[in-house]
Amino acid sequence: MYRVLKRELIVPNIHLLVVESDIIHKNAQAGEFVVVRADEKGERIPLNLIDWDKESVSMLFMEVGTSTSKLAALKSGDAIATLAGPLGKPTEIVEGKKIVCLGGCYGIGALYPVIRMFKEKKNYVTTIIEGRSDYLLYWQDRLKKYSDEFYEITRDGSKGFTGHVNDFLVDHIKEKGADLVYVQGCTYLTYLASQTTRPLNVKTIVGLNPIMVDATGMCGVCRVIVGGETKFGCVDGPEFDGHQVDWDTLLARRRIYLGEERYSLSFYECERYG
Amino acid sequence: MAKKIVPNKTPMREQPPKERAKNYDEVPYGYSEKEAMQEASRCLQCKKPICIKGCPVEIDIPGFIRFIAEGNFRGAIEKLKEKNVLPAVCGRVCPQEDQCEKICVLAKKFEPVAIGRLERFAADWERAHGESSMPKIPRSTGKKVAIIGAGPGGLTVAGDMIMQGHAVTIFEALHKPGGVLVYGIPEFRLPKAIVYREVDYLIKCGVTLIVDFIVGKTATIDQLLEDFDAIYIGTGAGLPWFMNIPGENLNGVYSANEYLTRSNLMKAYLFPEYDTPIVRGKRVAVIGGGNVAMDCARTALRLGADEVHNVYRRSRKEMPAREEEIHHAKEEGIIFDILTLPVKYIGDKRDWVKEMECIKMKLGEPDASGRRRPVPIEGSNFITPIDTVVCAIGQSPNPLIPQTTSDLKIGKWGNIEVASETGKTSKKGCWAGGDVVRGGATVILAMGDGRVAATSMDEYLKTGVW
Repeated sequence: MYRVLKRELIVPNIHLLVVESDIIHKNAQAGEFVVVRADEKGERIPLNLIDWDKESVSMLFMEVGTSTSKLAALKSGDAIATLAGPLGKPTEIVEGKKIVCLGGCYGIGALYPVIRMFKEKKNYVTTIIEGRSDYLLYWQDRLKKYSDEFYEITRDGSKGFTGHVNDFLVDHIKEKGADLVYVQGCTYLTYLASQTTRPLNVKTIVGLNPIMVDATGMCGVCRVIVGGETKFGCVDGPEFDGHQVDWDTLLARRRIYLGEERYSLSFYECERYG
Repeated sequence: MAKKIVPNKTPMREQPPKERAKNYDEVPYGYSEKEAMQEASRCLQCKKPICIKGCPVEIDIPGFIRFIAEGNFRGAIEKLKEKNVLPAVCGRVCPQEDQCEKICVLAKKFEPVAIGRLERFAADWERAHGESSMPKIPRSTGKKVAIIGAGPGGLTVAGDMIMQGHAVTIFEALHKPGGVLVYGIPEFRLPKAIVYREVDYLIKCGVTLIVDFIVGKTATIDQLLEDFDAIYIGTGAGLPWFMNIPGENLNGVYSANEYLTRSNLMKAYLFPEYDTPIVRGKRVAVIGGGNVAMDCARTALRLGADEVHNVYRRSRKEMPAREEEIHHAKEEGIIFDILTLPVKYIGDKRDWVKEMECIKMKLGEPDASGRRRPVPIEGSNFITPIDTVVCAIGQSPNPLIPQTTSDLKIGKWGNIEVASETGKTSKKGCWAGGDVVRGGATVILAMGDGRVAATSMDEYLKTGVW
């Protein structure tokens, strides 16, 4: 069991989870993830590594189904059944480039270690965070610390640019240029950003979130078609070239267990709240 | 006067097929003491027993069987444990018919001695009657051994090394020890409590087990070598193979690894009590003819399928699965579509598999494996409705250590290359065996590899000569 040091609601539905670990920090790199299992009956789920030190690792997650509801109910001093990592390939390190980093939802937090690494490697970092409304945006100060430029986008216009990322990205890249676009967030956001940058011909790396079970290169559920080839999110990814990803297959495969997930959540809520 | 030989094995009682196809309880009940003694008395106690040569871990087979015949069951299990740390597992899942039982002298004229069933009996007897006294662990040599992967191979090395006085730490990537014994082999064939008990025995002997530790990521082999004198790599199976035919990424198409891991390790058959889901198909096709395919087919049945087809491109004769597994699957109602090859999966509007197109095959000339090559019969294509597919055609070795270790020679299939007589890899201080070397093999071959490596490792630790 692994002791929970902190579980905090950051914005509605998005939680920060800090768990004790004296080992994961040793090899942790930006872009990697960990596998977490809330309790003995829980699923193994992958969560982006947000931060790490000698005593702990931090993850961010969005509360949607049973597994994340169980995590959302944790208090400091509680324990989780599994914490394993780091896993996946780290973000490819580039130096001295102009990089536009885009995050939405839990991806805003997932940007944090990556822009920190990009900044350390002397890149020019432009950070854009996106949400439906201003109350869904967070960690502006943390992200600004490693950003040369910083923008916010809301669909309802409550803060920053009004609209969606596609409108903003096109104008921004046309005006200021970019060597690389890096995106973290839900599958729709990574898809939309990739479609937007494709005609602009700017390489776009996306952090994907296919379903995983063991997450150690064994079960094969996280397969993603990239450039016509089958790749595995857990060992070949989770970051891929967004212009090469077969998005239809990815979006369909994300939906495999929608029915079961709903059923499982109502079962859990019944058990928990009666 | 020569004793009269009973020609057939003493039968083992089993759960009736109709009943067991709906539950996860173990299928065979095992021998009673009387049945075991009766079967043990069939052994001729050959002066030069050749059966031992058929055993990858060289169990003293007539030795333990003699104890059973005499009713000394404690003696039997102690004899077994001299060579085998996992007798309850091996008695259940070893392909004895291709190993010890195949060359049993009795088999020339009659059925061989049921060595596997007797091994299982002795192990189960110990479980029911309390563990024997702990073996005497020799004085510490001060040497430290790391074992990567708590599967059958790693557990064998752990047992052998602790008995030589070395300090042993096992690193396991998953949250439970056992490797394929736990994530792969279903409960109805190998109850998990049996595996955990055998692992507990090693822990009582002094082995340290660390779970949730992914060697290659949490720490690399090179990092471990700073703390350990020798390393055994038994990381087992890796990414599943698919056939590269259209529709394999449709929803409802599983690899065997995923299907079995969900059901066995994550207990998806108990969903929603356990959180991990699995698709409960009504018409399921399992592709492949090995033991894993049989496990998947029988799992699908227990998950509530109305019809489960095993689709295999060669004929019944070439099926690599154990006779017993095929027999059990048939009894339970699995339909065998032999000489049949899927060529395409067809999806519905929601990207779920709804049909499978197959082609009929015939057998041609023998291929490199010595088996007759299956050849498609032109124009024999047909389409059949299906809602779940499990592809059980094998896998490549686990990629994490090959990807992250310096100076480790890797073969063209992604396997770690070793010297077969020692299990030594190209990297000093590192041995490997089991599926990460062989691709897909068996539990007992992994254990045999572990035994070979342990002998070589012990010699290295005592002499320092690589």
